[in-house]
This record gives sequence, C-alpha cells and structure tokens, in this order.
Amino acid sequence: MQNIYLDNAATSRMRKEVLDAMIPFFTEEYGNPSSIHAMSRTPRAAVKKARKQIADCINADPSEIFFTSGGTESDNWALISGMEMLEKKGKHIIISSIEHHAVLETSYYLERRGFRVTRVGTDSGGIIKMDELEKAIGPDTVMISVMTANNEIGSIQPVAAIGKLARERGIIFHTDAVQAFGHIPLDVKSMNIDMLSASGHKFGGPKGVGFLFVRKGIKLPPFMHGGEQEEGRRAGTTNVPGVVGMGLAAELACKNMEAANKRLIMLRDHLIDRVLKEIPYSRLNGDRKKRLPSNADFSFEFIEGESMLMSLGMKGICVSTGSACASGSLDPSHVLLGIGLPHEIAHGSIRITIPEETTMEQIDYAADCLKQTVETMRSLSPLYDDFLKKQKA
Amino acid sequence: MYDGEYSDKVIDHFTNPRNVGEIENPSGVGTVGNAKCGDIMRIFLDIDENGIIRDCKFKTFGCGAAVASSSMATEMVKGKSVQEAMEITNKAVMEALDGLPVVKIHCSLLAEEAIHAALWDYCQKSGITIDGLQKPKADIND
Repeated sequence: MQNIYLDNAATSRMRKEVLDAMIPFFTEEYGNPSSIHAMSRTPRAAVKKARKQIADCINADPSEIFFTSGGTESDNWALISGMEMLEKKGKHIIISSIEHHAVLETSYYLERRGFRVTRVGTDSGGIIKMDELEKAIGPDTVMISVMTANNEIGSIQPVAAIGKLARERGIIFHTDAVQAFGHIPLDVKSMNIDMLSASGHKFGGPKGVGFLFVRKGIKLPPFMHGGEQEEGRRAGTTNVPGVVGMGLAAELACKNMEAANKRLIMLRDHLIDRVLKEIPYSRLNGDRKKRLPSNADFSFEFIEGESMLMSLGMKGICVSTGSACASGSLDPSHVLLGIGLPHEIAHGSIRITIPEETTMEQIDYAADCLKQTVETMRSLSPLYDDFLKKQKA
Repeated sequence: MYDGEYSDKVIDHFTNPRNVGEIENPSGVGTVGNAKCGDIMRIFLDIDENGIIRDCKFKTFGCGAAVASSSMATEMVKGKSVQEAMEITNKAVMEALDGLPVVKIHCSLLAEEAIHAALWDYCQKSGITIDGLQKPKADIND
C-alpha cells in the first residue's frame, strides 16, 4: 500500500535539486566558511548566495538574515533576547492565544523571568482580534509577536495591519512565519515586520536549519554565545549544506508560489467542499478564505481524532490531529479551544495539509477514506447513539 | 500516539473490534469517562439466572487504545460469573493486549470501571450484591 502524505505542515519533502545543491558541501567543499584559507572560499560564497536568495523572498537586505538551527531557535532568540534588549524600556509583550508552542512556551518562560505577557484571543475563524490587540497595548509594551499563519488551522493573520500598528506605537513586531514563508507572499518592508522566523524544512528545504530576519537598526543581542559567526549575532559553525539547501528551496518556493498556490487552493477547496457536503456533523476549522492554500482542518462530531488517525493510517493516509489523546495530555490543542470549540468537538479534529505534488485522485481517495472512517468510528460511538436517540425523541 | 507504539493485539482489536453494539433490555449497562477528556466507554451485559454473563457489547468514543481495551474487556467477561467479571483488573486487560503505552494506561482503567459500572447497574436492578463492588465513581453524567 502506498502512503498518501497529507501532513505537509509537519514537514515537507526536500526537492531533488535542493539535495543535489547540498551534496558538494558535505564532500568536496566541506571547508568552514569562517576559515581564511582557500577551502573556505566556495562555502563562504555559497552561504552569501543563500542569504541573498532568502532576503529576496521577503524584500529584505541580505545583512538582515541570520541563520539558525530552525524555527524554534529563531522564535526563542527573537522573544528572549528581544525582551532582554528592551527590558529597560518596558517589560510587556503581547502575543496571540494561538501561537505555536515555540512562542507560547517561550512566553511562559518570560513570565517566570518577570516579564508580563498578554495573550490576545481570536475570532471563531482563528484571526486575532485587532481591537483587543490595540487595547492590550500599554506604556510598557515593547514587543508584539503574532504568527503569520497558524500551523494547525491555517488561518492567516492580518500581519500588515499589526505591523502598521506596532510601528506607529514604536513597538517591535516579530512574526513566526514558519508556516507562511515560501507559501504566501511576504514583504517585511510594506508589512512593517521587524523580526521574522522561518524554518527550512517547511518549504522543501532541509531540517535543522532556519533563519531569523532582524531589521537593520535593531541591535538584537546574541542568543547563542560563542564565535563571531553571523556578524557576531549567532555563534556556531555555519551549517553550510543546510543553508545552501534552504536558500535554493526558498528561491524555488517563491518562484513557483503563484502557480503552486492556484493548484493547491483548487485541491483544498475540492476537499473542503466534499467533506462538508458528504460528511454530516463536520465543520471546517479556521477562516474559509484567509487560510493557507494547503490547509484543511476539520472537526467531526461524536468521534475522537487519534482513532480516526489510526484508521486513516491503515488506509495509507498520513494526517495529524489536535486531539489530546495523540499527545498524552488531557486537553485538546490550545488553538482549537482558542477558536471556541468545546472539548468534545476539538477532540475529533483532523488536520490535512497538502503537498504540492498531490493529485486530484489522491484528494478524492482521501475524502472517500475520511468518509468511511468517520462512519466506522461513529458506529462505535456511544455519543452518536445518544445523539440519534435524542433526535428521534 | 505514534504508529508502532501499539502492540499487534491492540491494532487487531482496534481494526476488528469484537462485540461492538448494544444489548436491548440489558441486565446491566455502565457508562464511564467523559467527552471532555476524550474517552467514553459504555458496556452492556446480558446475565443469565445463574449470574453467568451470556453476552457483552460495547460502544466507545476515544482513541485506539480505548477501543481496543473495550473490545478486549468484553471478550474477557463473556462466559464469566459476575464475581469473576468483577475481579478483572485493568492490568489483566493490559496484559491481554500485550501492553499499552504508558500514556494509555488510563484506557484500560476505563475498561475496568465500565465493567464495574455495568455490574453495579445489574446489582441495582436485580437486588444482588457482588463482593467488593462499589458504586462507580466516574460517570458520563457527573
């Protein structure tokens, strides 16, 4: 049985040409770009090129791109070092209630360190409430961090509006763009973004590499201490193959973005239409329009996500769930609860994120499997029995 | 939960659950767990005049381990006396499934509680007492 991978938000397939571009930097051109001998030249030039490839994708200057080990490090760096830098000015940071754990957990850490955090809620479509965000700003607010697009329900946040507000108030604006970079157009200048995190493997690059964009003029202190790499801002030997792969993947993703998205939206909307039409008591989580082209996140009443996942897995469908049972905790995902879903409905959620190479046949097969699985799981469910009995009565 | 962390027995009982369904006019029925936590188990018992469990069926809302634990528990109580059924522990259910991942142990506990709840209902209806059986603590209506 062939697996159909529909979990692209977890990680994406690396392109063949990306791998090909990386290989020489493991084998022949393995020199350290920080060295000063001949073997450092080609790697140094390659890293420089990658920096420009990435900067070009978001209308930044190459000197504003700092390579890291991934999205989590970038988020930790931006928030922790950023708040340390701004501490004298104020100790308040505002984030959204549906941030990725890399930001959310860091915000709890900041609280333990004596900073004040406000977590602003979203509407039922998972879009941050701008009026509440504005109201949360106080005289000691020094940073706002709101994700560009949500990793679970795919809702795209009004980043330009937040950037404008933050700039007017003299507040640093960071955005976790891990799910958005390489997938939707981003412009750090027109959107007034001060810092932006991204991760290589989410857009066809390798794992273990990411970057943080830091706008010129912001003297963000280092998070990783040590050598003078990355202009003394991020210590540690440069991951040359990773950086090279990420640079090329970024260029390719941005070049193909329009065409890829047109197709993805067609596949996604076909899936959404079929599920909502053919499976009763189902709902789409996240805004219908303001959502990532590849994301379809559903809740099915009366059933639980992990068992759905297992049942789909047996049919070769690889997806993920926001149910608690999948993570070992008691509560379902904070994102699903954040958009107002009751626990029992949040438990029955499935996230489908579509890779570019997916065919319409595969989407139809997935929709058929989903339908079967929901029926099977409902035939086991005492909640569904109770519901049917109540309806009859 | 990750693929591969479940034993073959768990996968088997999840894929082909035994004794799914309801019993009309059951001798006892018990429902435990709650939807908020993501697990609800309902067990129906058909008990003959000698106190032997003739039939047992279940319905479960929950993860793969919850479904497999219910399925295994129903297999284990069939043909047993109510006293024997009363003594089936979550550990026994787990062992019969060749183990469960640590975070899923509560699913086997739910199976034990569901059996107890159904037996309690049977005792209430028939005026019989079973040694060691206590009023179920977890209930869907709590």
